[in-house]
Amino acid sequence: MTRINLVVDGMRVADDIEPRMLLVQYLREKLGKTGTVVGCDTSNCGACTVHLDGRSVKSCNVLAVQADGSEVTTIEGLAQNGQLHPVQEAFRECHGLQCGFCTPGMIMQSVDLLKDNPKPTEEEIRLGIEGNLCRCTGYHNIVRAVQHASGQPVAPNEVTA
Amino acid sequence: MIPAPFDYVAPTSLDEALAALREHGDEAKILAGGQSLLPVLRMRLNAPEWIIDLGRIDSLRGIREEGDAIVIGAMTPHSVVGNDPLVAQHAGLISAAVERLADVQVRHRGTFGGALAHADPAGDLGGPARALGAVFVIAGAGGMRQVDADDFFVDLFETAIGEDEILVEVRIPKHTGWGSRYEKFVRVEHQWPICAVAATVRVEGGTVTGAGVGLTNMGSTPIRARGVEEALVGQPASAESFAAAAGRAVEGTNPPTDLNGSAEYRLHLAQVLTRRALAAAAGLGEG
Amino acid sequence: MTAVEESASPAPALEKEIGRDRRRKEDARLITGRTRWTDNITLPGMLHLAMVRSPFAHARITGIDATAAKQATGIVDVVTAADLDESLGVCINAWPITPEQVTPGHAPIASDRAAFAGEIVAVVVARTAAEARDAAELVEVDYDELPAALDLKEAAAATAENGGALAHPDLGTNKSAYWVFDSGQAGTGGDVEQAIAAARTDGIVLEREYRQQRLIPAFMEPRSTVVDPTGEQITMWSATQIPHILRFALAATTGVPESKIRVIAPDVGGGFGGKLQQTPEEMIVFALARRLGKPVKYTETRSESLMSAHHGRDQWQKLTLAAGRDGRVTGLKVELLADLGAYVAIVGGGVPVLGAFMFNAIYKFPAYHFACQTVLTNKTWTDAYRGAGRPEATFAIERLMDELAAEVGVDPLEIRQRNWITHEEFPFTTVAGLEYDSGNYEAATARAKEMFGYDELRAEQQRRRESGDKVQLGIGVSTFTEMCGLAPSRVLGSLDYGAGGWEHASIRMLATGKVEVVTGASAHGQGHETAFSQIVADRLGVPFEDVEVLHGDTQIAHKGLDTYGSRSLVVGGEAVVRAADKVIEKARPLAAHLLEASVEDLEFKDGRFGVRGTDAGVALQDLATATFAAHNLPDGMEPSIDAEATFDPVNFNYPHGTHLCAVEVDTETGKVTMRSYVACDDIGVVINPLIVAGQVHGGLVQGIAQALFEEAVHDEGGTLVTGSFVDYLLPTAADTISFQIDHTTSPATTNSLGAKGVGEAGTIASTPAVVNAVVDALRPYGVHDVAMPCTPERVWRAIQGGGAGGETPGAAAPHFDESTGMSGTVDRTTGADQ
Repeated sequence: MTRINLVVDGMRVADDIEPRMLLVQYLREKLGKTGTVVGCDTSNCGACTVHLDGRSVKSCNVLAVQADGSEVTTIEGLAQNGQLHPVQEAFRECHGLQCGFCTPGMIMQSVDLLKDNPKPTEEEIRLGIEGNLCRCTGYHNIVRAVQHASGQPVAPNEVTA
Repeated sequence: MIPAPFDYVAPTSLDEALAALREHGDEAKILAGGQSLLPVLRMRLNAPEWIIDLGRIDSLRGIREEGDAIVIGAMTPHSVVGNDPLVAQHAGLISAAVERLADVQVRHRGTFGGALAHADPAGDLGGPARALGAVFVIAGAGGMRQVDADDFFVDLFETAIGEDEILVEVRIPKHTGWGSRYEKFVRVEHQWPICAVAATVRVEGGTVTGAGVGLTNMGSTPIRARGVEEALVGQPASAESFAAAAGRAVEGTNPPTDLNGSAEYRLHLAQVLTRRALAAAAGLGEG
Repeated sequence: MTAVEESASPAPALEKEIGRDRRRKEDARLITGRTRWTDNITLPGMLHLAMVRSPFAHARITGIDATAAKQATGIVDVVTAADLDESLGVCINAWPITPEQVTPGHAPIASDRAAFAGEIVAVVVARTAAEARDAAELVEVDYDELPAALDLKEAAAATAENGGALAHPDLGTNKSAYWVFDSGQAGTGGDVEQAIAAARTDGIVLEREYRQQRLIPAFMEPRSTVVDPTGEQITMWSATQIPHILRFALAATTGVPESKIRVIAPDVGGGFGGKLQQTPEEMIVFALARRLGKPVKYTETRSESLMSAHHGRDQWQKLTLAAGRDGRVTGLKVELLADLGAYVAIVGGGVPVLGAFMFNAIYKFPAYHFACQTVLTNKTWTDAYRGAGRPEATFAIERLMDELAAEVGVDPLEIRQRNWITHEEFPFTTVAGLEYDSGNYEAATARAKEMFGYDELRAEQQRRRESGDKVQLGIGVSTFTEMCGLAPSRVLGSLDYGAGGWEHASIRMLATGKVEVVTGASAHGQGHETAFSQIVADRLGVPFEDVEVLHGDTQIAHKGLDTYGSRSLVVGGEAVVRAADKVIEKARPLAAHLLEASVEDLEFKDGRFGVRGTDAGVALQDLATATFAAHNLPDGMEPSIDAEATFDPVNFNYPHGTHLCAVEVDTETGKVTMRSYVACDDIGVVINPLIVAGQVHGGLVQGIAQALFEEAVHDEGGTLVTGSFVDYLLPTAADTISFQIDHTTSPATTNSLGAKGVGEAGTIASTPAVVNAVVDALRPYGVHDVAMPCTPERVWRAIQGGGAGGETPGAAAPHFDESTGMSGTVDRTTGADQ
């Protein structure tokens, strides 16, 4: 067992954990932060994306011990004072989700993307979320959601001609 | 999904890390960024008894200019390398390759030295390292030693780093003013390259006066395409000379056959991509 | 407590909900992480499972030694088939397509023989999932490898006599069922052999063979099951599309009374047919929870999911098309081999049968013959995957129509127009015996052409061809239709399916006037909560926000047949409509009573009963309150205006559309890049355009992925080589493009909404559109086929091979296995290099 101290979604936490515990397991099993999910075992799908010290990471690909002393933000800590983050709001507005399983990771990665590049082009958005797989939306409305969140015009939904 | 149990140590200095490595020997695995190691552990394809995490050793991180080289600390995350102006200015090929390496999240965690030490022939940094003639600085019980890129990659997932050694930094000879292109071929974007060509060229007065070409996933190690380089230097920077030189990209290769392509197809791809990479590096467009 | 006085003045008319871009009710929890995935569930004392799976495609199990595993930390038990009695149940095949079908028994845990790589041979029960996994590594299983039936064609030909490998040696054959439809025999058309013979003399005969590669549904949420046996009922939470069917199957095969089982599908992260199954894992969790008297959970890893959750497609299609010289089709003969995998899954055998009615698509064939042989192999079982049989059929006919156009020398859209049913001809009975109730292929095609810029792209294509551009442009057409809204129960009965196709709904008018809608459809991303709220808001004239839709729990929705086959809206939605109408009719006498008017003088409009010619009226929501108090009801009226309805459709519905796709083919590398894609679908009346667009977009990418990217590949030993997301290539955002979509509207006549299903349309249409585009780009090179997925190497080889078409290395049958065979490859476990 190894002792770790970190701040998760603004809350200071400390636990004794097995070194093999993945950050995502720590979040889900120890802290009950089940908003962050696991979609694969090879770090391809990105469903588990959280922010570690302000940068997006795949929390299935980080040991919890590696996060000792760090600050973690999950999908559950994104909204502030009851106000949805603009990216959350944009995903809803643009129907950027269907089953919603990839959504926490997709939103966390989109937030990271916009932090680096507040007005990304469509191509930059597509490359920026290439580490997040979605099986429902065909990505079309996810791209639009990110555009919308960045304050850029979005083509109307039905006819994009 | 769950790694087998292991013990964990996170030394805060290189000496401590080397001591830990000596103590645990082949029962230990070094954890750098972990972006390749952790999936291996989770799939239980490897179950080391000890994990030695280099993440707490600050001296292994950072990028600096040192004489005619840019020195990249082994534990520097890809995203830092990719955004570094010194690297962009003096080793543009590295910047170009890092931009296409894996995905944003992985670039935040994965490290420059970790990826090179992992020595996957399909890794995106091996080709550029060879093309640029990188020098690897390795620490061991006897102090530091330097290994040229040509000698660093030994075989599939095998490098010149000894069992009790740690990669400290990578020195990239400056290629200031050289053009660069990392031509990566994939079927889907989150895939390892089926084949990739790292090319950097210097063009002076319409003539190619320097060329470095590295090939990714064309053998059991990253390959330096010396034949291409030789064919190019002294030639006019023209589509014709790039096409002619690209024909020599197959020399010394031994590409794999796998789900994404046969060896025969890769041999063909390597030539097409080399021609395109050279042309783009020389500023001639797609070629 | 009567509300009649308060509603003397009419409420302001509500905006119509149907057709409105409502943002989804579901999203609030999904975008904040307040979700209810099965794997989130933790119960006191809950135990965890790890599965020990066969690494061999076919092997006799000669011994299992769990001694070390049982002594490991935290281990409760290690069980094998021998430890569990018949209470474990069996996995059932609900659709034996012929009375003679050969159906191997399918126990959830293999006892003496494993029939595919990934089959469960032992189960570890532990205090934590990690401990379970650790101990599973210690279970020693001895196997004697047996010859494995892997190649579909070879398996079909194998017999005990000729020494071919048999998936189940005791059955003596790999052939499971042979199913035939013949228009001459059915009386729906002529004799196809005559049509072919005539065309051979004077006309065109095209003979083609297409491979529908094996795909993996690859829903994003791995399957997970929790069973809590404490209390009077056994409760199962499962990541399933079919809680109701699952409950029935559990009861039918374990002996536990149905009334003692509650199945809950909480938030379910995608299905696409892949969670339409009664899985061994669910049966095992159920049995062990009962045996141990403790809650038990099992969540699969992605690798386990890819190898054990059912796969889709996997057919060889042999096609013979007869046509006149003018390109009018005179007959089509279809001979299929369909790979079932090791077992006949719940509706696995029926998938090709669902396709049987769709090969004629939107065309007027006078003669049609379909024959399908289902075949057992030592691979993961196959079953429904988005479209289930219909994408395969649509692909074949739409590819053939392009081939016919090339043969006749006319534009692919022209050849379709010469053959399609014109809009004046509806309703139209097809050569496959279906009655298409509505459609307008001309209108959808005209609109698609306009959006696409068809003529301009053809001109660009010509320019590129003439200039010998290294990047060639290809234009692909797909004018698809499908049968959806599964399904009229009588039709299912005639096809020997083991259940009906109705759907159930109930509406509960709460004391406060709020409305609970309960549907037997079980959503996993489709937005039922939003769309059904819109329907009810309109029908009952109540605010959208006042409607709550409940689903996915057999205790709340006591009857239902769940979600698949683009059925929820057109069958389940219609049940909701009918329940709503019953609510209104139940409320009518109460309204009359309170208004002191006669029932005949009342009209119901915008949520309110009004007395004609007066301002007097009462709101439906207030009547709900009135029944709660029940102080003042008409004599004999029960104090409730709740209602329920079960709707059984009389026909399928038939969405259609014209999809146009432009691709660029790099002729040097063979890489195909999507350039533009237009979909003009006719899905009848649209309830929520936003949701519909999402369904189309997502469907398109799954269909495109079949065309270009995805394939489940097994090695020579039968191991799934594409066993993780490193090798099973789902497209990313960077591999797809933005789509242009629009709709034309021919309302369906088989439900009062006029709606048609949309869940599968995009997937069905897009695969042939893309492959047609690839082949179109390469026709100048003499290419007339490229096998799916159209990988860069296959395309490159097709170009190298020139005019051989079917013989091009990427496309031809014998090469298929070679080109995908694996040897000496690097086993990478991560999709991302560090």
